[in-house]
Amino acid sequence: MLSGWFIVLLSATYIGVLFAVARFGDARADAGRSIISANVYALSLAVYCTSWTFFGSVGRATSGGLSFLTIYLGPTLMLLCVGVIVKMIRIAKAQRITSIADFIASRYGKSQLLAGLVTVIAVIGIVPYIALQLKAVAASLDVLFDQPGHAIHLWGIDSTLLVAAVLALFTILFGTRHLDATERHEGMVAAVAFESVVKLVAFIAVGVFVTYGMFDGFSDLFRRAAAHPELAGLLELDASRAGTWAAMILLSALAIVFLPRQFQVMVVENVDESHLKRAVWLFPLYLLLINIFVLPVALGGLMHFSGQGANPDTFVLTLPLSQGAESLALFVFIGGLSAATGMVIVETIALSTMICNDLVMPALLRSTWLKMEKRGDLSGLLIGIRRVAIVLILLLGYVYFKAAGEAYALVGIGLISFAAVAQFAPALFGGMYWKQATRAGALAGLLAGFSVWLYTLLLPSFARSGWIGNGFVEHGLFGIEWLRAQALFGLTGLDEISHCLWWSMLANIGAYVVVSLSTVPDALEAGQAERFVDVFRHAQRAPDARLWRGNASLKELVDLLERFLGPARARQQLAAYARSRGQRDWHGLPPDAEFVHFAEGELAGAIGSASARAMVSSVTREEDLGLEEVLDILDEATQVRAYSRELEAKQQALEVATGELREANERLRELDRMKDDFISTVTHELRTPLTSIRALSEMLHEDPKLELEERRRFLGIIVSETERLTRLINQILDMAKLESGRAEWTTADVDVSEVVRESMNALEQLFHEKGVHLDSDLADRLPPVQADRDRLTQVVVNLLSNAVKFVPGGGKGRVRVGVSADEKAVRVTVADNGPGLTAEECGVIFEKFRQGGNTMTDKPQGTGLGLPISRQIVEYFGGKLWVESAPGAGATFIFTVPLPGPEA
Amino acid sequence: MKRGSPTRQRLTALCLFGIPLLTYPILGLPGGTLADIPVVVLYLFGVWGGLILLAARVAERRSK
Repeated sequence: MLSGWFIVLLSATYIGVLFAVARFGDARADAGRSIISANVYALSLAVYCTSWTFFGSVGRATSGGLSFLTIYLGPTLMLLCVGVIVKMIRIAKAQRITSIADFIASRYGKSQLLAGLVTVIAVIGIVPYIALQLKAVAASLDVLFDQPGHAIHLWGIDSTLLVAAVLALFTILFGTRHLDATERHEGMVAAVAFESVVKLVAFIAVGVFVTYGMFDGFSDLFRRAAAHPELAGLLELDASRAGTWAAMILLSALAIVFLPRQFQVMVVENVDESHLKRAVWLFPLYLLLINIFVLPVALGGLMHFSGQGANPDTFVLTLPLSQGAESLALFVFIGGLSAATGMVIVETIALSTMICNDLVMPALLRSTWLKMEKRGDLSGLLIGIRRVAIVLILLLGYVYFKAAGEAYALVGIGLISFAAVAQFAPALFGGMYWKQATRAGALAGLLAGFSVWLYTLLLPSFARSGWIGNGFVEHGLFGIEWLRAQALFGLTGLDEISHCLWWSMLANIGAYVVVSLSTVPDALEAGQAERFVDVFRHAQRAPDARLWRGNASLKELVDLLERFLGPARARQQLAAYARSRGQRDWHGLPPDAEFVHFAEGELAGAIGSASARAMVSSVTREEDLGLEEVLDILDEATQVRAYSRELEAKQQALEVATGELREANERLRELDRMKDDFISTVTHELRTPLTSIRALSEMLHEDPKLELEERRRFLGIIVSETERLTRLINQILDMAKLESGRAEWTTADVDVSEVVRESMNALEQLFHEKGVHLDSDLADRLPPVQADRDRLTQVVVNLLSNAVKFVPGGGKGRVRVGVSADEKAVRVTVADNGPGLTAEECGVIFEKFRQGGNTMTDKPQGTGLGLPISRQIVEYFGGKLWVESAPGAGATFIFTVPLPGPEA
Repeated sequence: MKRGSPTRQRLTALCLFGIPLLTYPILGLPGGTLADIPVVVLYLFGVWGGLILLAARVAERRSK
């Protein structure tokens, strides 16, 4: 028999140690040197292991065999889906999430209604779980004091209420010591991690004691258990309960994320995402270690207390006590106390934050009472609300324990809570991965799932203890068979938890999906949906500031911050923010969208996103952006599409430009090549007369005895070659002028016959000298053409002098000139009876420096520029110049000059 | 589009691998005893411990 005062003293000492750890953690956090390492984070997750694990698992194993393990296999598998948890943490950090209610409400447009509903579900759902802790601690005290039936009374208060009161006081002192109401509690996390170690060591100690002290190791224990036929069932799995097995794994996998305290330590209290890498295996390892001895202790207890009717939930205490190991029993009691206090502290802090931010604050913000106190600092009020909430939650736990607790084993109570928080799964997971999910859908799903849970699990638990009538369980509501609470629509063959899980999930997911698909989100919802679902993408950019447009006053926002954070902390945060924007003093900050976003974030950390948004909009005038605009800003896909379209258009334009450039380049190269050809031809053409002039001059110079006749002949050639040179240069210049478009033209009415006649007269002497017969057929009274008279003369003279060059001399040559006209053009023909041209020559003869006859052997008779120049001139007037010829049949050069149109 | 980290993908694969191993019908296979300890107990703790070991190796591997 242990002394009561000793136990109290020991408990007080232990709690004192916890305080010291928490204070140390907070002090280090304030100094900026966090003690939250990856290991501490992983151990703090073990707040999952409560009295349920510590006492209840053994109890569960005595009736359900290995099925107690499902509660730990689920979390192991869930943690492996680390991507989901990382995303949750990232979102929570970006949105300054303070609780699971905040998370869900924030996703669906910062809805106060949704936050309130989640809080109500969480509080009602968790109350049985709190009751479980009270029951466990009270039962362990009873065992230590050897007094059955919670008979310990102090000043007329029963032990369970006493435990509740102590835990409430402890939590208040522990979790709400700070006057600044922010979301992180590093001291608490450190204390929880410390407690996790204590309860693990305590449980393993009792496990080793039973397995190796009372029995001779695992083999001996199992061999002896196998000898008891009533225990054989515990050592094998019952395949007929495969559905329950899977349901339990699912349920616990959801619970590890959605229990408010798990969300608190895993998501809200996470200081570094990389800590998850440790937690992903260290926390499951913790679960494995704490479960190794559960079955041995259960079997050992059943064999040891066979037929004595001992409560299996307290085997961990009664087994050491039965062997007189009192100090071990005390250690185990401390371990159990650790498990209970850890859970109660974190759970009630999480719940009280939710109650304060999502139930009380919205009500207060609406009431007139708060407006009267408008100038006051409200951070103290926030702490006060939370403290009251903690007391209320524990009181509710006590009430539930009184109402229904005695009818269930520990694990049975806990599973009711698991099934309640599982209702958050569709709205939360859906919100993280499905943009179309709407607030109405989340509300409908939660309400549907919660109603089913109430009807099939919570109310029957009251009915079982006789607190309310059990007619709806036995015979169905209003006597309708289909509505029997634990055989809904005739579904039997499942245990009550699986039964509730399948029906509530069906209702929840069904309502969530159907309502989401048939409603349209508003702008705020759609914006939040984008930020949640695409959190990894938006983290790199800061679209939040762009999503706010309106007017705000710096003073009003600062007032708001001071009221809710307290003046000291508000100023501290403002100064830090000003520094981050490169300002020395926050008084000079512009009250722009970014500042409003900062203020809302700070407030959200204190009072939750929904209330923060309501408060900020009460002091600012925000313009409604509209759904389309919000989506445009956020929808990167739209932006990417627009960019790619632009890019495509630009690329096409570039391709076209490239094509044009390539063509231009080709033309330039062609011209360049032509210029090179031209220059080489011109130099060649110039060199020929120069060479003959030089040769003849040298002969004259070197041979003074040259005969006069010879001398005269040479000089004659020199003169004619010089003339040819001059002509050539003139024509080259002429050609260059024509080609560059710098030639001067004087256009006037010209009578073509007149021009031809004049040209013939000018060349008459030449024809006569060579003995070529020139005759003409000139039409009279031709209509005048628009042309340059001199240029036209140049063409005719050129054609005539060409003809005279190629016809045979000595009276055999014959050149015939004709001028005629039709309604479109005047036509001039110059026909000769020379050697004629081949078909090929007819084409090339109009190229520069191409001459008739064999240029390789014959002495060139022209410059090779006459015809190209003529053609250019004719084409300038809009006419054509061509030749019709065949070898031996003479050649006929024809050109036309168009007549002016009737309108001219 | 950003690709998920390989560590996360490996851990998720481990989860998908663990689900069938820890549920029926595979769970119904182990039977009998080994050194007087029921094989199903050894199987459950073995698979569980194996998953933890693999997860530790994947998670703690130095990222290159």
